Amino acid sequence: MTIAHDVVEWFTDPEQWEGTFGIPHRTFEHVQISAVSLLAAFALAVPVGVTLGHLRRGGGTAAVIANIGRAVPSFGVLVLMIQFFGIGAGPTFVALVLLAVPPMLTNAYVGVAGVPDGVRDAARGMGLTPWQVLWRVELPVASPVLMAGVRTAAVTVVATASLAAVVAWGGLGRFVVDGIAQRDEAQTFGGAILIAALAMVTELFLAGIQRLVVPAPLRSRTGSVRRAARAAQPELRPADQAPGRDRGQGP
Amino acid sequence: MRALANGPDSWIWWEWVGDHLDDIAASTREHVLLTAVSVGIGLVISFPLALAVRRWPALSLPVLWAAGAMYAVPSLALFGILVPVTGLTRTTAVIPLVTYTLLILVRNIVTGLDGVPRDVRESAAGMGYTGTGRFLRVDLPLAVPTILAGVRVATVSTIALVTVTAVIGQDSLGQLILDGLNRDFRTPLVVGIGLTVALAVTAEVALLGVERVVTPWARRRR
Amino acid sequence: MHRREAPLRPNGGAAIRLAHVRKHYPGAAQAAVGDLSLDVPEGEVVVLVGPSGCGKTTVLKMVNRLVEPTAGEIHVLGEDVRSVAAPVLRRRIGYVIQQIGLFPHRTVEANVATVPRLLGWDRRRIRDRVAELVELVGLDPALLQRYPSELSGGQQQRVGVARALAADPPILLMDEPYSAVDPIVRARLQDELLALQRRLHKTIVLVTHDVDEAIKLGDRVAILNVGGVLAQYAPPAELLRAPADDFVAAFLGSERGLKLLSLVTVGQVASIEGPVVDGDVTPGEAAAVMRRFGVDWVGVRAGGRLVGWVADRDLDGRRRVADAPAQPFNAALRPDTTLREALDVLINSRTRVAVLVDDDHRYLGMLTVDQIAEGLR
Repeated sequence: MTIAHDVVEWFTDPEQWEGTFGIPHRTFEHVQISAVSLLAAFALAVPVGVTLGHLRRGGGTAAVIANIGRAVPSFGVLVLMIQFFGIGAGPTFVALVLLAVPPMLTNAYVGVAGVPDGVRDAARGMGLTPWQVLWRVELPVASPVLMAGVRTAAVTVVATASLAAVVAWGGLGRFVVDGIAQRDEAQTFGGAILIAALAMVTELFLAGIQRLVVPAPLRSRTGSVRRAARAAQPELRPADQAPGRDRGQGP
Repeated sequence: MRALANGPDSWIWWEWVGDHLDDIAASTREHVLLTAVSVGIGLVISFPLALAVRRWPALSLPVLWAAGAMYAVPSLALFGILVPVTGLTRTTAVIPLVTYTLLILVRNIVTGLDGVPRDVRESAAGMGYTGTGRFLRVDLPLAVPTILAGVRVATVSTIALVTVTAVIGQDSLGQLILDGLNRDFRTPLVVGIGLTVALAVTAEVALLGVERVVTPWARRRR
Repeated sequence: MHRREAPLRPNGGAAIRLAHVRKHYPGAAQAAVGDLSLDVPEGEVVVLVGPSGCGKTTVLKMVNRLVEPTAGEIHVLGEDVRSVAAPVLRRRIGYVIQQIGLFPHRTVEANVATVPRLLGWDRRRIRDRVAELVELVGLDPALLQRYPSELSGGQQQRVGVARALAADPPILLMDEPYSAVDPIVRARLQDELLALQRRLHKTIVLVTHDVDEAIKLGDRVAILNVGGVLAQYAPPAELLRAPADDFVAAFLGSERGLKLLSLVTVGQVASIEGPVVDGDVTPGEAAAVMRRFGVDWVGVRAGGRLVGWVADRDLDGRRRVADAPAQPFNAALRPDTTLREALDVLINSRTRVAVLVDDDHRYLGMLTVDQIAEGLR
């Protein structure tokens, strides 16, 4: 039980709670870079995915991007970016964006392209303008799949941001990496708890957003689980739906 | 371009690769081993879990929720939590990797078995299949494509994730990446990433091949 | 329930007019629709029918500009469809498709209210209209707050029709509306459409590959051949009586006569006076009538109504025909009975005739197999 005691001590040490190396600042760094990267990736990926899905073009490309996203190790991308851009927040940001783009792009594409033909035809046939078809029909119907992509990307980003400590950047990963290096188990464990907590909070936060964004009848309960795995059959499937995802790159 | 000139500063220095083929092979072997062990244990745990979920549907929500929650926990956090308990060992590496496969595998097994058409199941019962016999001869074979798809996704994901185990000192292709990082030396970095991707692609193609061989009846549909 | 068989108006009056319309999809070897001219009279149901590849759906989609023609002109209610923006045009034209295409994220009510909302109706008007439509298509108002996934196929179809009719468009386009429902529901929905049409008098263009559906629903049927060539355009009875060519004959199938039986009504066939006498005539006079018709029975009339029939042998020793026990005819036909039902009555009748009466049961005449055969010519 000494480890438990040590961890409590680590958390209650006032020094942990102040300064650039303290928990609040590390958390802020972590949240900030994750949020900014996710937003940037969203801005890059979703318009492209939605447009391709709307036009139903480039399905093959989207599949390739999804597969690459799954096969390339996030750790490797992070290290590679340092080779390109040096050490710091910049390369971490670029790596996080690169990793967040595939699930968002693919899911935006699959979600919109997956809107049944009949629904699109009916919408057009009733006199909705192309914009109205997109905003009132395609995006709401695609929203569960799209949001699943966002959540997958978020898991990847929060996880990879903690790995950024390995490449000499800050964030909550710092505690774990330093803890392992210094054989300081309390710091390792404490940092791990913080990362896990942040990941959970992110999940809950995005689940909340999903509830706000996705129309009630399209919200998934346990059904999502079935639908998700059914989607895992074809080559091009969404990066999946809540409560979990199958794009195992995440953690 | 400097990258084209072959030397220690280029993206890949073939001489170094030639000199370290044994190390590279060892890391690759370890990488494959970690992946295979993790997915294997994942399957062993997932099957009873999936069957339990199917027998007692009330379990479905908690099991899948728990698997989903575990899935969201970054690997570094799981490593960090385990290191004080199991140390810098292969066990510490394997436990998180197994954990991450559970969500995908349980879900695909459940879906695969649920997806067996009711009429097939009923006609099997009508022909006199019962319980275990029907499960092994009818349900399971028909669920194989979905289950294998899950295995494929889990395997490819695990291959990418194994690289992170370098952080806790495990040998794998991730060790090459970390080595490249620490020494600011691009060749092992490129070799590590390249071989990881190559492994992932090979696994994908190989498992797709297995799917085709094991389920000849599904082949026409492609 | 008689189909209007007004001749095509040579100019104007057509709700939809296609003039030399062609559609050639890029990259296709053959034109999907080649030089099609067709007038759809106002208030009629026109069915486009033909084998796959005949361009029938393309024709329909050119009317609401989901597909733009390569050449030719299309007028809807006298206006060139190109003179208005496509979305504006489409809001004036109801559209029902096979897949129905209800919006899964909206309630039934919101689905039905789609076009009125696009048109900016106020809430109250929309609510009233939705209530009216729900009644019109025979939906349970309790379903309004449900989502499409919670409805049966037939219910979804009705919602689809209600949604298409929401802004009371004068024109309704229906693309294989009943192909996805089972035959029993299909027959009921078809009957409902006919009933609806009797109340609404919309101009309806319906596409189907089912020739029986075309014959049942159409005031007029356009049979298209591959490449969008109009093979024949006529009321169904006319098609069945006189197919324009071998393709039409083959498409209508080998049982044209039988199909016609369900289409032509007794009122459209010349009946005969039949072996009928007044009740107060003597058996001798009755016997003369029987001889003339070559039968051994005679119908007995009293005050314009047919009481029944009396057999030859029952007349022996009677003073008047009315004194003999009359047996009822087993069924009486009305003018709107189809020949198919009439034939059924005939087959089951001992006298081999069917009696025709009007709505007040007044005797109009008799039908034998000969008259029915004559009516099919």
